Amino acid sequence: MSTQIAKAIVDGILTGGVYALMAAGLTLIFGVMEIINIAQGILVVLGAYLSYVLQVHLGIDPFIGLFFTIPIMFLLGVGIEWVFIRRLRPQNRTALSILVTFAVAIVIEGLLTLFFSADLRTLNAWYIDESVHVFGFYLPYIYLFGFGLAVVLLGALYLFLYRTRTGFSIRASVQNRTGAELIGIDINRVSAITFGIGVGVTAAGGMVFGATNSFNPNSGYDLISRLLVIVVLGGLGSVGGALIAAVAAIVIEDVTAVVWSPVWASTMFFGVLILVLLIRPNGLFGQQAARAQ
Amino acid sequence: MRKPIAARSVQAVAVVSLAALALTACASSSKGSAGSSASSGSSGGPPITIGVSLSLTGDFSADGKAFQQGYELWANETNAHGGLLGRQVKLNIVNDASSPVQVATNYQKLISVDHVDLVFGPFSTLLTKAASQVVARYGYAFVEGAGGGPSVFTSGLTNVFDVSLPVVNNLVSFANWLAAMPAGTRPQTAAYATQDDPFTAPQLDKARTILEAAGIKTVYNKVYPSETTDYGPIAAGIISSNADVVLAGTLLPDISAFVKQFVQQNYNPKALIATAGPDQGAQFVQNVGAAHTEGIMVPNEWYPTATTPGNQDMVAAYIKAYGGTPQDISSDVPEGYAVGEVTAQAVKNINSLDQTKLIAELHKGTYQTVQGPVKFDSTGQNTLAFSYVFQWQKQALIPYQPDSSQMLQPVPPATEAVLYPKPAW
Repeated sequence: MSTQIAKAIVDGILTGGVYALMAAGLTLIFGVMEIINIAQGILVVLGAYLSYVLQVHLGIDPFIGLFFTIPIMFLLGVGIEWVFIRRLRPQNRTALSILVTFAVAIVIEGLLTLFFSADLRTLNAWYIDESVHVFGFYLPYIYLFGFGLAVVLLGALYLFLYRTRTGFSIRASVQNRTGAELIGIDINRVSAITFGIGVGVTAAGGMVFGATNSFNPNSGYDLISRLLVIVVLGGLGSVGGALIAAVAAIVIEDVTAVVWSPVWASTMFFGVLILVLLIRPNGLFGQQAARAQ
Repeated sequence: MRKPIAARSVQAVAVVSLAALALTACASSSKGSAGSSASSGSSGGPPITIGVSLSLTGDFSADGKAFQQGYELWANETNAHGGLLGRQVKLNIVNDASSPVQVATNYQKLISVDHVDLVFGPFSTLLTKAASQVVARYGYAFVEGAGGGPSVFTSGLTNVFDVSLPVVNNLVSFANWLAAMPAGTRPQTAAYATQDDPFTAPQLDKARTILEAAGIKTVYNKVYPSETTDYGPIAAGIISSNADVVLAGTLLPDISAFVKQFVQQNYNPKALIATAGPDQGAQFVQNVGAAHTEGIMVPNEWYPTATTPGNQDMVAAYIKAYGGTPQDISSDVPEGYAVGEVTAQAVKNINSLDQTKLIAELHKGTYQTVQGPVKFDSTGQNTLAFSYVFQWQKQALIPYQPDSSQMLQPVPPATEAVLYPKPAW
């Protein structure tokens, strides 16, 4: 049993990295724009499909393909922000964003169904099937690479937010939107870039998701509830919090499945959220803490 | 006068929402409307409309699509040969999104609003059970091909007819084969993992009874919610048990995830069988990788090279319509096709679309289909269905049937011996 628990912890850490990659964009967008992007799940799936197309039709490795899919998704994110989000009235932005992004999700799902049908797909590569044997555990390369990608991208995101002028503008907008406008920050440009970055990072999450799961256009619904839990648990707006929350939640879920039952694993996943919010209503690293970073 | 900002925002939201709804209608219903077979309104009268609810989206979408192919192939074949009762047939397919609530609503609308002449069943025991009550309320015959779980036939309904194998016995041939092995070869331990689904769970329960009676110890036995998306912990549990054989109550998504995990963790059971998933042809191969299909088993009552009446024509028609090879054909396709065949034969026998007469005819007739002969007992289960055990070998599904000593023998013209133990990944 102890070996099984240890295995569950290791698997949970690696899988948590994948979920952090998928959730990072969601928390960033909310932190800056107070937009709840319900389309995040389908955007992950879209990222998976983009990687799939590049691999199947052009023979491009999924990781190499990120050099194409991330910019494509960035531009898509900028486009979504400009066409749909910017038109929302600031007073009702958060509430209306749920409806608008849900509509965007339905449109994207419809288009994916039109082009790809409901057939299940998955990405294929040598590192998806093979593992490295370490201390009695088989660690799949794809999860190791995915976790590494999560650390690199989230680290890069952190550097961008804290070491670049645009990053300062974004953080200023998080702290005080009106104040940021008053000192000459172009909020519309900041919002567009933020949404673009949020969706661009999701391309990476989508690629890893597509490599570790079978997916079709309907797969987004299963994802969005879990991603929302992760970003709320980690603290809305905290990218680092999303990583820690993802790892913690998935580890708890996996250990529960081993020690108790898979039936209760999902319940524990959501139960952790309730427990944390009772103690820390802003999540583990809520916006108050993020502003203090 | 320029509209206030609030009004413009509401307008934008309304436009987006309408666009989303329209595109959704196009995406999810286009297959429905496109799925309607060609109906030129022959000289025999208006077309016979057949209402069908299928899972074109949602958890069952892969199977729903295959069923649609089966129904459409049958409809096209029927219309090419003059239709039914001299009238063309037209399918009215609507999407239930794999939802038990939606499927019931769909059949209610198809019958009471659209006034279809006939109805065909949806995919899965779960949805068939939900829909059968509604269909029975209107007195329609409910011929279906994918609702074989025991719970479908314990409601006291007399209008449900399953043309396929009663699923509870799907794994019996496999279990008897293992149980009958000599002591030195017989596996010692078994792991069971199934969705909490009325299709998968009864099969594993029955197989476990047989194997435990033969002394094969159960070292892992878990039921997981059908809504599960992360199969990692379950796969990890099976792997940790180090069971000699694995019986999985799955559909395509979960068996694909299990196989991936087994490959990654270098876990090689001596035998691996799944209730469904490996029977999905090209989709299964694409999802697990061609190299990883070797030795995986699945029960079924149909195979592409079967010499049942009309099967070769159906296979040829499938390839002409959808491409690929016979091995790419999902087993859902002949199930859907057989539903059409049985319904058509019964309608022709009574020369009428009267539902009461149709139900009476279905209870007494014997029918020939691409899946083999069909005869229904009083509960609507097919008493003549037979379950083969299929094994993937060299990217082809080879059918096996038990001999007098329960050993699995290839069904001619196949000659390949069953692989046991399963080759390592």
